[in-house]
Amino acid sequence: MMSRTHPLLVAFAGLTFIFLIGPLIIIIGTALSDTTFLTFPPQGLSLRWFENIFEISAFRTTMVTSFMLAVGGTALSLLIGVPAAYAMARYRVELPKFLPNVFVLPILVPEIVLGFSLMKSVATGLGFPIFTSLLIGHALLVLPYCVRVVGASLNSFDFSIEEAAVSLGCPRWKSFFTVVLPNVRAGVIAAFILAFITSINDVSISIFLTGPGISTLPIQLLAHMEQFFDPTIAAVSVLLMGVTVAVMAVVEWTLGLTFLTK
Amino acid sequence: MTVSLTLQNVSAHYGPTKVLDDLSLHVGEGELVSLLGASGCGKTTTLRLVAGFLQPTSGTIRLGDRDLTRLPAHARNIGLVFQTYALFPHLSVLDNVAFGLKQRGMGTAQRRAKAKEMLERVGLAQFAERYPANLSGGQRQRVALARALVIEPPLLMFDEPLSNLDAKLRVDMRVEIRRLQRANGTTALYVTHDQEEAFSISDRVAIMNAGRIEQLDSPEVLYSRPANAFVADFVGFENMIPMRAIAEAGDGVRAEMAGGATLDLYRSDFTVPGRDFIFAARPEGLTVAREGKGISARISLRTYLGRAYQYRCNTPAGEIVANGPLSDPLEPGTDVVLVPNPAQCCLLKAESR
Repeated sequence: MMSRTHPLLVAFAGLTFIFLIGPLIIIIGTALSDTTFLTFPPQGLSLRWFENIFEISAFRTTMVTSFMLAVGGTALSLLIGVPAAYAMARYRVELPKFLPNVFVLPILVPEIVLGFSLMKSVATGLGFPIFTSLLIGHALLVLPYCVRVVGASLNSFDFSIEEAAVSLGCPRWKSFFTVVLPNVRAGVIAAFILAFITSINDVSISIFLTGPGISTLPIQLLAHMEQFFDPTIAAVSVLLMGVTVAVMAVVEWTLGLTFLTK
Repeated sequence: MTVSLTLQNVSAHYGPTKVLDDLSLHVGEGELVSLLGASGCGKTTTLRLVAGFLQPTSGTIRLGDRDLTRLPAHARNIGLVFQTYALFPHLSVLDNVAFGLKQRGMGTAQRRAKAKEMLERVGLAQFAERYPANLSGGQRQRVALARALVIEPPLLMFDEPLSNLDAKLRVDMRVEIRRLQRANGTTALYVTHDQEEAFSISDRVAIMNAGRIEQLDSPEVLYSRPANAFVADFVGFENMIPMRAIAEAGDGVRAEMAGGATLDLYRSDFTVPGRDFIFAARPEGLTVAREGKGISARISLRTYLGRAYQYRCNTPAGEIVANGPLSDPLEPGTDVVLVPNPAQCCLLKAESR
């Protein structure tokens, strides 16, 4: 027997959907407008604002910077996060109970506070170059995702498997690469994607660490908005959305989206 | 190549807790010895020490003339079978079995041929290209067994290998393990908490308790002549009655128990008059009879076992569990005599603790 759905429930679900999707549609519409000001519904259709992004050199350079930061910061974070997650899963009993929580701190601390303290310590305190500071900041920002997501995979990993490899003559360090890593691959990829998206969309940490000559795309977006209130902003937003959707689509095709929430 | 395994005065401490306390154990060439005990008795720790996953606080572990004590785990050349099977999920059955050969630098064609041959021996040749996730529990454990055997280790170790299988499969698998171990003449150490499993598969069984071996003997000796109260209790001597030898009586000794009742027993070398000891009996070691020579008792409860009736009886020395024949059911409240059957009873030294 099919159960009838209450019309109010349908209406509520529909409204929720509109609430979630609506703003995105407005942004896309705005970005396609032919006018020099932000307006919806679009008046005339044009891709000129998308072209405009690439004509403004600041957008081009910050796009490259953001991409490099996202890839570099995530890679750096995985380099720290995977061994940390491994150690915490393998020696869960021996290690202090609070340790896993330490790695979540960058999420718990307000990002503005994290950004400010990084500026005081890394950028002005240690006097690191701007890009290096940004790289450290982003690595720290995404570290919780790396540790938690890879950790979730490792927690369901049976470490007898690693011991089996060792007993068969494979040294510990080699077993990690031949047996452990291939079996938590999905977790590492998921961590990379979450971290990449977090990094590429970040404003609050970057805003403290950017400086003369070096900026990230979202920061450049804010700067541009202060001077020009034209649909370029909308076009950049659509572009960022596009990157996120593209990444998600790749995940969906290769691994299935459910594995991000697993 | 058959070698023996020797643990000499091995202790293992985790902080202040002594997990193993001065344990010595010798497993002869081609022999299968089981470590049997409840969880926390130190049996798994012993296995992990031999495997090299743990380091002993003191003592030495030797395999043949090799000293394993400080050798890293991957260099010990021991075949291990785990409770969780521990197959490599990302490798096919064939690659699982060939893994150890690959570590030994054997060429692809040769190791695949050898792994295939081993899979045939455990009856899984047709599953070679499958992945572990597509196998049943019994098949997985066979793959694990093949994987451990194919490296031709001088020592095989099993860590509760059958605990995750159902009862019928457990019996089949243990026969198979024994058959393969015998055929290869491999020395083996087998850890389990299942007494039937340990007794059926082993040449000798070490009953462990609190980090020590209480008794190491053949299953037959353990079953009929336990060395102390712990082992006796473990192998099913449900009744432990403290007694004191008071006089010689014929070939045996006359013993007195709590409440003043006496019982004439066959002689054991330590039951000289004046000595305290423990009379241990299985329920089937005491026959409930209407009359005869034995312990006077009154039935408090009767249960049906299928092969016999079992009675809970009150005596001046406490509650005793004894069996009676199906031909003569007795009602609770009946006064009876519990007649000892020497083959199912034993005498133990009274312990100071």
